Amino acid sequence: MSLTEILWKRMVLGIGTLIFVSVLVFLGTEILPGDVAHAILGQGATPELLEQIRERLGLNEPLHVRYWVWLTNFITGDFGTSLANGADIGTEITRRASNTIILALCTAIIAVPLAIALGLAAAVKPGGLVDRAITSTSLALISFPDFLVAVVLVTIFAIKLRWLPAIASIRPSYDLVDWIRILILPVMGLTFTILAHMVRMTRSAVLNVLTSPAIEMAILKGVPRRRLLLRHALPNALGPIINVVALNLAYLISGVVVIETLFNFPGLGRYMVEAVTNRDVPIVQTCAMIFCSFYVLLNMTADILSIIANPRVRYKK
Amino acid sequence: MRDTSQNDPADEPLLKVRGLDVSVRDKKGREFKIVDGISFDVQPGEVIALIGESGSGKTTISLGCMGYTRPGCHITAGSVHLGGTNVLEQSLPRLQELRGKEITYVAQSAAASFNGAMTIDAQVTEIPVITGAMSREEALAKAARLYSDLELPDPENIGKRYPHQVSGGQLQRLMAAMAMISDPRLLILDEPTTALDVTTQIEVLHSFKKLIRDNNTAAIYVTHDLSLVAQVADHILVLKDGQMVEYGPTEQIISDPQHDYTKALMAAAHLMPEEIHAPPAATADEAPLLQVRNVTAGYGPAQEIIALRDIDLTIHAGETVGVIGESGSGKTTLGRLISGLMGAKQGGVFLDGQQLKHSVNQRSRDELRQIQFAFQMADVALNPRQRLNKILSRPMMFYRGLSQREATKEVARLLERVGLPADFAWRFPPELSGGQRQRVNLARALAAQPRLIICDEITSALDTIVAQQILDLLEDLQDELGLSYMFITHDIATVSKISERIAVMRHGRIVAQGPVDQVLQPPCHEYTQLLLNSVPEMRTDWLDEAVVERRKLVAALDNA
Repeated sequence: MSLTEILWKRMVLGIGTLIFVSVLVFLGTEILPGDVAHAILGQGATPELLEQIRERLGLNEPLHVRYWVWLTNFITGDFGTSLANGADIGTEITRRASNTIILALCTAIIAVPLAIALGLAAAVKPGGLVDRAITSTSLALISFPDFLVAVVLVTIFAIKLRWLPAIASIRPSYDLVDWIRILILPVMGLTFTILAHMVRMTRSAVLNVLTSPAIEMAILKGVPRRRLLLRHALPNALGPIINVVALNLAYLISGVVVIETLFNFPGLGRYMVEAVTNRDVPIVQTCAMIFCSFYVLLNMTADILSIIANPRVRYKK
Repeated sequence: MRDTSQNDPADEPLLKVRGLDVSVRDKKGREFKIVDGISFDVQPGEVIALIGESGSGKTTISLGCMGYTRPGCHITAGSVHLGGTNVLEQSLPRLQELRGKEITYVAQSAAASFNGAMTIDAQVTEIPVITGAMSREEALAKAARLYSDLELPDPENIGKRYPHQVSGGQLQRLMAAMAMISDPRLLILDEPTTALDVTTQIEVLHSFKKLIRDNNTAAIYVTHDLSLVAQVADHILVLKDGQMVEYGPTEQIISDPQHDYTKALMAAAHLMPEEIHAPPAATADEAPLLQVRNVTAGYGPAQEIIALRDIDLTIHAGETVGVIGESGSGKTTLGRLISGLMGAKQGGVFLDGQQLKHSVNQRSRDELRQIQFAFQMADVALNPRQRLNKILSRPMMFYRGLSQREATKEVARLLERVGLPADFAWRFPPELSGGQRQRVNLARALAAQPRLIICDEITSALDTIVAQQILDLLEDLQDELGLSYMFITHDIATVSKISERIAVMRHGRIVAQGPVDQVLQPPCHEYTQLLLNSVPEMRTDWLDEAVVERRKLVAALDNA
């Protein structure tokens, strides 16, 4: 198979997964007892009113027709209106999503290079002091759930030391400094939860490569230590590293839900949590679809990148 | 040992190894010596061979000369002087300079030792470029010259490829170019031709010999094959269990070995027998045990990548049929086809005149029982977490319906039959040596009481002396049980000793087959001749003649 064929195949698979996910999300809300008409009318439902609303919303159409309408609307960016207050979901999503993207991006920019650097540092001398410090700390961090880490951070930096705000709500008047101040703790919380996996995976991927005959050869031909790590070991460990990075960035999404709720940060995650408590089905559907698409796209990108990173696939015989 | 005068610098050896000890620490923290008191000299321009079987410490010693030990090992005593420098006392950065410039290394498996993520040129020119010894252009020009000296095709462009894009024999030569680019004073070659096909081996060996001679480089040549080393080395150091057994000029070691171990190595060397005996003619009249008729088969969804073409092969009861060919010739595929691991596109396999179904799933248990398979890599084929008792009793219970109690008794008998103590039944495969594991591998095939065993390169991964013991065992079993073997190998010398009939395969076809004496006796098919021509002979002038002959034969084959 040529490279383009492999990439096409992977992309078709990714799109297939997305379609499957959309069916699940759609059916998930169908399976819930009562329909949207019930949810809208609540206590005041009479059979006539229900029928009226069903007619208006097209709920009497067969399942596949409603799915198709919902999906095409979703793809064209029409997410519908909130059941709770009738507001357009699209505008709210745009605002929330950009906040979440800022939070996730800051975390990724800090966490990924840090994790790879720490993983490499640990792999240089396995069993050495640096390695033991890094591995045991990362093991401890993996063992703590993200909300606990966040609570501990808040206790230390916001309550005891009073350096940073405990709440990360956003006001329109905020300038860059304010943004940085409110972002530090959520970003730290998220970084801690995803860092450990990436550090450990980088370490083991690099260690695995370091025991290969190719590295022994590089040592025996006189490649200096630093170059050995960066030029010989790291490129060969990139495949697994890319995958674990993507997996953890995808994991950021679920971390975002918890952290946003804890810090009261107005992002997509908290939007979804609020919608769940209000049984606001269209918002839950939209958020779920966005999160899932992000997850699938990220994994697909990781696969494509690790395929491209492998010269055996890039250059055929 | 050479007696060098300490006062005369002109007589000073290039490399002086004295009392080298290397130890490993076992799980309980005890030190265990794997190299014990090794001393030898290498004169400028001289080639010294370290020869021994696996575990003899030959690679460890050669790495020790570079001040390197594998993880878990360390040098506990001795000195290594290169010129005036004690290699073992250098700091790591200084060592890395020495390794790049003064002493260079050619590894056993170039395929594994090249970095798959960099182009060949980038790796070959890496050291002179990063140390500033040459500009990139100079280094590339020098690399191209070396490629051309090593007779690589398209020397200007071959280096632009990635390692997986060139063949194994080419990679091994490219690695030699990498080692020679800095004009080292000492070159270490660690089994540089072992991973290659026999017919490629002599070309590569010839290139190395020429390179060493033209550059007047000193070299340490590490190998287990005495006949190969006779072609390149000036001195031979024979090793066993980390100790020196014998040390002397090549001529003396091969013509007049002193030590029993050296004699045993000589006896087990892969040489063609002086005379190939004609097999007894009686077998021809009997009905054949197994017939492969007109088989074409391939890989891929519709078997469109053809691996076997128009194969006809007959195996009689109690006979050994050798199937010989190089990697990619289809010999293993043929074995897989017979045992039902893959199906044929055309033709079929007949057992006692009855056509067998293509797939193992469709064959009856009794048909399966009669054809057993022994794999090349016993350490991979045996489950490391099952005791031998379980490994061996399973086929007995499955094929012969024995109870576990009966099977356990039978296992003890079987183990003794293949020359292992009965109490090995309670051991796990990793606790056994390579030769012992191969015996277990055979015992597992025997446990089914088969009539035919397909032996796929079962002696290829073993040391010569151990391999000989396995061959003897095969012969004993055949005499006693009337077994038939299909012996798949790339080693024409072995096959000529044990087979009644042989089939020579090339590019998925059988190019010659028949009684062993007829196929191997001249005049024979050009390809058979090429294989015969590639078997080293224990004389020092063999290589140059063989290379000339090889080129004629290859040209003839290409034109055919």
